Amino acid sequence: MIELRAVERHFGGPRPRVVLRDVHLHVAAGEMVAIRGESGSGKSTLLNIIAGLERPDAGTVTVAGLALAALDDDALTRFRRLQVGFVFQAFHVLPYLNVGDNVALPLTLQGVHGDASRARVLAMLDSVGLADRMASPPRELSGGELQRVAIARALVHRPAIVLADEPTGNLDPDSAAEIISLLRERMAAEGACGVLVTHSDDAARRADRVFTLRAGTLAPQEVTPR
Amino acid sequence: MNVALGRAVLGGALGQHRGRLALATLAIALGVALGFAVAIINATAVSEFEGGMRTLSGEADLEIRGARSGFDETIYARVTADRDVAAASPVVEVEARIAGRDDALRIVGIDAFRAAVVTPALVGAASDPLDLLRPGLVYVTPAVLAWLRVADGDSLVVQAGQRDVPLQIAGTLAGAADQRLGAMDIAAAQDLFGRGGTLSRIDVRLRPGVDAGAVRERLARLLPPGTAIAAPSDNASTMARMTLAYRVNLNVLALVALFTGGLLVFSTQALSVVRRRAQFALLRTLGLTARALQGWMLVEGALLGVLGSAIGLGAGIALAAVALQMLGADLGAGFFRGDLPALSIAPWAAVTFGALGIAATLTGSLLPARDAAHAAPAAALKAGDDERAFARLRHPRVAAMLLVAGALATLLPPVGGLPLAGYAAIAMLLVGTLLLLPQIAARLLAWVPQPRSASGRLAVLQLRSAPGAITVSLATTVASVALMVSMAIMVASFRVSLDAWLERLLPADVYVRAAAAGDSGWFDVDAQAAMRGIEGVARVDFLRVQSVLLDPQRPRVTILARDLPAADPGSALPLVGDAVAVPAGGPPPVWISEAVADLSALKPGATLQLPLANGLHPFIVAGLWRDYARQQGAIVVERAVYVRLTGDTTANDAAVWLRPGVSVAEFRTRLDQAWSGASGLTLATPGEIRTLSLRIFDRTFAVTYALEAAAVVIGLVGLSSAFGALVLARRREFGVLRHLGMTRGQVRGMLAIEGLLVSGIGLIVGMLLGFVMSLILIHVVNRQSFHWGMELHMPWWPLLALAVVLLVLAVITTQASARAATAEDAVRAVRDDW
Repeated sequence: MIELRAVERHFGGPRPRVVLRDVHLHVAAGEMVAIRGESGSGKSTLLNIIAGLERPDAGTVTVAGLALAALDDDALTRFRRLQVGFVFQAFHVLPYLNVGDNVALPLTLQGVHGDASRARVLAMLDSVGLADRMASPPRELSGGELQRVAIARALVHRPAIVLADEPTGNLDPDSAAEIISLLRERMAAEGACGVLVTHSDDAARRADRVFTLRAGTLAPQEVTPR
Repeated sequence: MNVALGRAVLGGALGQHRGRLALATLAIALGVALGFAVAIINATAVSEFEGGMRTLSGEADLEIRGARSGFDETIYARVTADRDVAAASPVVEVEARIAGRDDALRIVGIDAFRAAVVTPALVGAASDPLDLLRPGLVYVTPAVLAWLRVADGDSLVVQAGQRDVPLQIAGTLAGAADQRLGAMDIAAAQDLFGRGGTLSRIDVRLRPGVDAGAVRERLARLLPPGTAIAAPSDNASTMARMTLAYRVNLNVLALVALFTGGLLVFSTQALSVVRRRAQFALLRTLGLTARALQGWMLVEGALLGVLGSAIGLGAGIALAAVALQMLGADLGAGFFRGDLPALSIAPWAAVTFGALGIAATLTGSLLPARDAAHAAPAAALKAGDDERAFARLRHPRVAAMLLVAGALATLLPPVGGLPLAGYAAIAMLLVGTLLLLPQIAARLLAWVPQPRSASGRLAVLQLRSAPGAITVSLATTVASVALMVSMAIMVASFRVSLDAWLERLLPADVYVRAAAAGDSGWFDVDAQAAMRGIEGVARVDFLRVQSVLLDPQRPRVTILARDLPAADPGSALPLVGDAVAVPAGGPPPVWISEAVADLSALKPGATLQLPLANGLHPFIVAGLWRDYARQQGAIVVERAVYVRLTGDTTANDAAVWLRPGVSVAEFRTRLDQAWSGASGLTLATPGEIRTLSLRIFDRTFAVTYALEAAAVVIGLVGLSSAFGALVLARRREFGVLRHLGMTRGQVRGMLAIEGLLVSGIGLIVGMLLGFVMSLILIHVVNRQSFHWGMELHMPWWPLLALAVVLLVLAVITTQASARAATAEDAVRAVRDDW
C-alpha cells in the first residue's frame, strides 16, 4: 500500500543537513507501523513525503498504486482527498464547524452531501463514542474527545492510508491509550493501513512494526508486544 | 504604569499590525484635517467679514438699516435731533457693476464731514477737501487699485440704470486697505444711482457715558416699519447666522470622516485584540491586572490618536490654504466675496479637532480594550475562543434603544435654527445598526442556501458561525456605504428637484438682466417700452427684485414683484400644496417661499404685513412656493400691486417670449442694435441658466463629494484591512484544509465567496440604512437647515456602480489576502498549535 524506495531529503540553508537518507519502507494493506525518533530526526518529514506534502530529493514514493512524483500539486491534493486520512497532535478541528460538519469535511470535499454523508458521519461518530455530540461546537469538547473527532474525520471517507503525527502528544496517559486503541481498531475496521509517528512506547507497542529514525536512517526496532 | 509591561503589551501590536495601524492613523488624520480645514476656512471668512464690518461701522455705536433699496432720508434729521446722539453719518450703499466686467464694486455714498467723525476709514485722502463733495469723483481702497489694475487719476466706469458712467479716482481710502470698497459724496451717489431721498444706513455715535440701550429704544420708536436699529456687532452676528447652517453641515461631514476613522480603529483594534488574546491571557496569568491591560490598550489607541491628530492638524492647514485658493472662503457656497484672505488659524479649533481625533481612537479602542481586559485568561488561552471574544461586542438591547430613539429624534424641531436632532437621529440609527450587525448578518446568512460545492459550503458555514468577526470587518464598510448612499440620494434628489424647479420657473424663451452683477442696473419705463417694441417680441414680463427687513434679527427677505396670471399662479410658480383663493376687495395676495413660511410661521390664508415704501401693507398669503435660490426667504408680489404701493416702476429682469419663427440669436442681434443703454445687459436662455445653475450647484457640493469619496475610501480600506487580517489569522485552517484535500484554488474560491457574501451583506445593510438616512437628510436636516423641500430621487446607476465596484474590490481584496494565506506551505501552516 505504501512503498518508499531510497528516499532522500536534504534541507539547505545556513546549516544544511540530511534529514532522510536511503529510506526504504513498505507498509502492507491493513498494517500499522510506528516511527520513533528524537525531535528533529525527520519523522514528520517522512509523513509529509508519504502524504505528498513534501517532495523527496531522491527516491520514489508509491501510495495506493500511485507514484507521487508524477503528480502535480492539484493531483496530489486530490490524492490526499481520496486516499489519505490525517490525525494531528493538536487535533486541528475547525472551530467554526460543529462536530458533525468537522467529521464530514473529507466527504464535503469529495462532493458527498445529504443523507449519504450524514449517515456515514453518524456511523463514524458512533464508532468513536460521540454520536450524541454531532451538533456540538468543538470548544465544548475535551482534548480526548477532540482527538476522537479527528479519528472519525480521518476515516470517514475510507482512505487507503492514515497518517498520525503524535496523536497522543497532547493527551494524558489514560486518554492516550484509549485513543491509540480506538485508532487501531477503527483502522482495522475500515481496512486502512497507517503510519504512526510517536514518542510514546505505549503507542508504539500497538503497531505491527516499529521503526526508529536516527541520523536520517530508518531502522527496524524490536519492541516488546503488550 | 510599568514601561516594560507596556512594551510587552504594545510591542506585538506595533510590530505585527504596522500596516493596518498606519491606515487607521491616516483615517483619523483625514477626519482631523477635514474638520480643522473647515474650521480655518470658517474662521478666515468670519474674520474677513468682521474686519469689513469694523471698517464700515468705524466708531459707530448703533446702526440703522432697512430695505436694500433704502429708507426715507428724513429719518436722519429725527435721529440727529436726539440729545444723546453725538454724531450720525448717513450712508447710501450700492453694489455698482463695473463696466466691461461681471463684477460689482461696493460704493458707499457718505457725507464726508459727518463720516469723518463716525467712520473715518470711509473718508478719502483728498488734497482739496472740497473734492470730497464733488460729483464724479470716487475714492477707492488700495485693494481695488490692485484688483482692477487702475491708479489714482484713472477713470472707473460703473453702471447706473442703463448708463455707463465714468468716475474719476480721486484718491485712496487708506484706512480700509484690505476691503474692495469705493466712497463718494452721498448726494452724488443718490443722484447717480437713483436713490434720491433714501438712505441705506445711518451710523450713529452716542455721547460718552449714555445708556446705549435706552437710546436705542428711543430711536427705534422714531423709525418707520421695515427699519431697525442695532449695534454693528449684532449685524455681524446676523451674517454669521446666515452661514451657520452651511458651516455646521460642513463640520458634520468632517465628523463623519472622523467617525469612519474611529470605526477603522475599532475594527483594527478588535481584530488585533483577538489575535493577541493568547498573548494577553499569558500576561494576565503572569500577573498583569485587568485594569493595567485595559490602560495599556487605551494608551495604544491614544498614541494612534495623537499621531493621527498631529498629521491631521498639519494637513488641515495645507488643505485650508488649497481650498481657499480654489473655492474661496465659503467653499463655493456663494456667501462671501472678495480678495483671498490670509488664513486665520483658531487655536480653539486646533485643540478641538486634535482632541476629537484622540477621542475617536480612544472610543474605537474602548470596547476591544475592555474585551481584552475582561476575557478569562484560561478560556482565552484555549483555541477556538475567537468568536466568543467577538460575541462580547454584541449589545442588541442598546442597539434597539438607539434605533427607537433615532426614529423619535426625527420628530423633534430644530435647535437654534440647526437640525441637531436630525443629526442625532442619523448618528443613533447608524450606531444602532452597527451594534445590531451580528444579528442582521446571522439572519441574512440563514437565508443563503447551502451551496453544494465544498468551497461554497465551507464559506457559508464559516460565516454563519462567525457573525461577530463579520461585524468587525463590516462596521466601517456599512458606515461608509450608508453615509455615501444617503449623501448620494440627497444630492441627486436635490439636483433633480432643482433642475425641475428651474424648468418650471423659466417658461420664457430668453431672459434679460439689467446688470450682470450688483444692484446698480435697472430698466426704467422707457427701457421697458423699448424692449417690448423690439421686432419679434411677443410678450415681456418684468421682475423687480427688492429686499426688506421682516425681522431685525434675521437677514433681509427678498421681494419679487412680478407679473403673474392671478387666476392660475401655479402655472408660473412652483407652488407647494394648494393655493388659497383671495377674496376680492381684501388685501392683495402674496406667495411666500418655504423659508419664509418656516421662519415666520406663516401658512396660506394668513395675513402678512409687508414693509414697503415706509409703511406696513397687509397681504394675504395665497400659497407657498419652492425657492432654491434664496435661503433667507422670498415673497412674490404682483408687480402691479407693488408699483401701486411703492411707485417704483423700475425692473431688474425681463422674461421675453418670442414670436414663432424668431430665434434667440435674432432677438440678441435686434436687442444689440436697438439698445442704447449700458453694456452690462446680459441675456441668457433657460438652457444656459439651467446649465450655469447646475454648475454652481455642483461647485457648492464639491466639498461634499470630496468628503464622501474620502468616506468611501476609508470604508474600502476598512473592509480590505479587516478581511486581510481575518484571512491571515485563519492560515492554519487553510493548512488543515490543504492537508485534507482542498486545492489552493478551492481555498481561494471559498474566500472569494466569503468576500462576496460579507460585502453583499455590507452593501444590503449599508444601502438600506443609507436610504433611511437620506430620508432624514431630505425631510429633516435639509428642511430645518435651509427650509426647502425636495422630491426623493434615487440615483440608481451610481448606486449600482457603487455596488459593483465594492463587490469587485471585495473579491480582489480577498483574492490578494487568499493568495498570501495559501502561498504558505501547508505543513508549516499547521505546525503551530491553534
